[in-house]
Amino acid sequence: MRHLGRALLVIAIASPGATATATPIGLSDRCPASFEQRDGRCRLRTAYSQYQSLRNAGVGGLKTGLPPFRDGFTPREIDLGRYLFFDPALSSNGKVACSSCHNPAKAFTDSRGTSTGVAGHEVKRNAPSLWNVGFLQRFFWDGRAHSLEEQVQGPLYGAAEMGTTPVRLVATLNGIPAYRSLFTLAFPDAAAAIRNDHVYRALAAFESSLVSLNSRYDLYAQGVGDALSPHELEGLNIFRSFVARCAECHTPPLFTNQQVAVIGMPEPSGRPLDPGAGAIANEPMLRGGFKVPSLRNVALTAPYGHAGQFATLRETVAFYTGGRGHAVPRGEQLRIHWHIWEPKLSEQELDRLVDFLGTLTDESFRPEPPTAVPSGLPVPH
Amino acid sequence: MNKKAIVSLVVVAVLAAAAGYLYARRSVVAAPQVAAQSTSAGLAAARGAGAGGSTASLETGRPAGKIITVKAGEAIQSAVAAAQPGDTVQVLPGTYHETVYIDKDDIALVGVIHGADWPTLDGERKRNDAVLYSGNGIRVENLKIVNFKGNAIMGQAGNNFIIRHNWIANAGVYGIFPEFAQNGLIEHNILTGIEDAAIYVGMSDNIHVAHNEVYGNVAGIEVENSRHVIVEHNLAYDNAGGILTFITPGLPIKTTFDVIIRDNFVVANNHKNFGAPGSIVSGVPSGTGVIVMAADDVIIENNVIRDNKNAGIIVADHKSFANITPDPEADPNPDRVSVLWNLFANNGYEPITEIKALMVAALTREGPDLVAVGGGTGNCVLDKGALKTLGLGSWASGCAKTSTADIATYLLDKPAPPRVLKAEDRGKLIYSSVCAGCHAYNVRMIGPPTQVIQAMYAGNPQGIADYIANPTKKREDFPPMPPQGHLSADLRLAVATYMLGVSQPKPPAAAN
Repeated sequence: MRHLGRALLVIAIASPGATATATPIGLSDRCPASFEQRDGRCRLRTAYSQYQSLRNAGVGGLKTGLPPFRDGFTPREIDLGRYLFFDPALSSNGKVACSSCHNPAKAFTDSRGTSTGVAGHEVKRNAPSLWNVGFLQRFFWDGRAHSLEEQVQGPLYGAAEMGTTPVRLVATLNGIPAYRSLFTLAFPDAAAAIRNDHVYRALAAFESSLVSLNSRYDLYAQGVGDALSPHELEGLNIFRSFVARCAECHTPPLFTNQQVAVIGMPEPSGRPLDPGAGAIANEPMLRGGFKVPSLRNVALTAPYGHAGQFATLRETVAFYTGGRGHAVPRGEQLRIHWHIWEPKLSEQELDRLVDFLGTLTDESFRPEPPTAVPSGLPVPH
Repeated sequence: MNKKAIVSLVVVAVLAAAAGYLYARRSVVAAPQVAAQSTSAGLAAARGAGAGGSTASLETGRPAGKIITVKAGEAIQSAVAAAQPGDTVQVLPGTYHETVYIDKDDIALVGVIHGADWPTLDGERKRNDAVLYSGNGIRVENLKIVNFKGNAIMGQAGNNFIIRHNWIANAGVYGIFPEFAQNGLIEHNILTGIEDAAIYVGMSDNIHVAHNEVYGNVAGIEVENSRHVIVEHNLAYDNAGGILTFITPGLPIKTTFDVIIRDNFVVANNHKNFGAPGSIVSGVPSGTGVIVMAADDVIIENNVIRDNKNAGIIVADHKSFANITPDPEADPNPDRVSVLWNLFANNGYEPITEIKALMVAALTREGPDLVAVGGGTGNCVLDKGALKTLGLGSWASGCAKTSTADIATYLLDKPAPPRVLKAEDRGKLIYSSVCAGCHAYNVRMIGPPTQVIQAMYAGNPQGIADYIANPTKKREDFPPMPPQGHLSADLRLAVATYMLGVSQPKPPAAAN
């Protein structure tokens, strides 16, 4: 009954007087910026495509190729994913969309320490930015998922996040005629029924289209010597120095080496230690370990840390010079990563690091949120 | 067999009087097979490039350029900023206080030494690294580098490099550290007082380390998560550990294989381990000549390995290293390690507790030339009976490959390829990765459609190239275009030419 009512609402709003077969919303046949359309599929093209990386690992220095990328989606899959991403119909109460916690206006985060899901449930970790997720090999702070399709099921079905179920999700979407037509446009075999894997693939397609590789840092990396100010260059040299060692884990060009590291960040006050990857791998030596996040657009994604422990970048970089294991709770024996040491960075050096991190900002290809979504529900923001 | 942590953070009692031990111990020299020795010596000469010369040379493909001279009181970085690919920055004697970074290709940074006067980069214990480079074809030569907090010379993804004839003392982390590099030569350097590895080849391929003297460091030479590396003709003494080759877990490149350690002197590496707490090398027991941890296809041949108080060679898996966090994506075992003919003498005279326990279990009072702990398959030693060994139960006596003489070097015949595409390909990349953010083929986005621009500039790519360098606002209903003057003239022309040829993308295949 509820689904039917919602579907009628869409048609009433979007296409008054239209024939029954008209779709209120169509799908783009163009690839997003940074993609070239080849044989109907979108292939990533960036200045980094001209470079190699050692053993194709996508880690190195300035002129280094990127890690393997998830592309080859069709423009329609990507655009369908965009509608789904902003549509709160995907949640159990019709109020939370992917974009609620991954807001494009906030660099695909929610600017909160930890996020809030359906019915005010608190999520225990910080919502990561989605810029450049198409390059990632593992997902979530603890690295437990290994594809975007696997990842999207976490928030969709997490009781504290979007709180829906696999059955309910497709029942909802199949009950919305506009989605029936859109899914059929993107996936011919969805004509019979929308399946869960269609939803995952469309969301994966949209998320992998979020590419940010045109920052001022990138200009410098491509050989534009004056793209960075003297302070920023000083920051770059501190960043890649073996004293600060930032680049050893936040390795260019993606500014992550995609590994799990135990660095001993503090928890928000009053919270017990989050075991992170240690609980996933059942490996005591990974207790307190988290996936190294990319620093692309990091100046826009405060607060920082797996639970948003640090309000500013300045506080975050200062953590690394606070002493090896200085924030580890008493009684915990964490195997702190060898790159966490006593770099004794000066206040000025910390300032310069923050200056440099600001050069990783680029949102030139930020997608437009739809003005209306197929469910007809209000788009959260 | 006790597989428990053989190498641990346990600090062995400081070596009080090495000389005393030396005198007390009988000199045990593994009796080499005469045939093996002479074969090895003959081929060693055959692969040499001449008396005293290096066995390897590296072709950088570097173009010839001009020389920019830097005098004392001037900044080396200013000369680097002015240099073009192919140029040489020539540094005259004097003391320089700066970090030099080279983010362009084919630059040589070469010191001029007058008698005892070196060009010296002095970090005064407050600067981070002395030389950082990311370009291909970088050469760093004839510099004295002292007192930096981090590394003396560090490369990040710079291929085809040469680092030689440098004298490096008292670096806080590494002396010479190429990372993510392919094809590089490190030779004739002297390094001492380095608080981690003096020469550290990290996550690199095709590297040759020869004729270096490393002493008084935590580790002499370390080859980690790297492939096709030869370490030969080096002198490693008085370090805590002499020559190491590891797979360190938790790094993005997870293999080490095809490493040859040959013709080195690995002598009396009994220095107190002064590595930073938590560092991997802080777990290296003082007194160890060579350590192979988890690395595969390592050949140790024709070295002189003597007077290392803990052990001559340790071959270990990850589990046996107490401070190693496991990595499910990295193979923890050393496989197909070959210990060929080497001269061993007087090793293992004061082993750590864990090795002592192995000795008790093996009913021997002799410390080891060669000890293996943990897993690993396909390992061999040329003549097991000739050495003092521990834990070699699964090792074969006799190796299929008995000499590395057929492998002169793993350096590439031709330099790793340059990083520049043809202009037309770069034009396409720039169009797709930059222009397309605002210009779609036939749809209005932030800027006017490409189709409209094509009509305006038909046959005139130079017109676009000139306009985008310094755009003026042309249309009331569009925002001004951001200038693209940072692109070189030929790139602007390339992208303009590409833009004029862009056609409507084909729609996706019809629904089936």
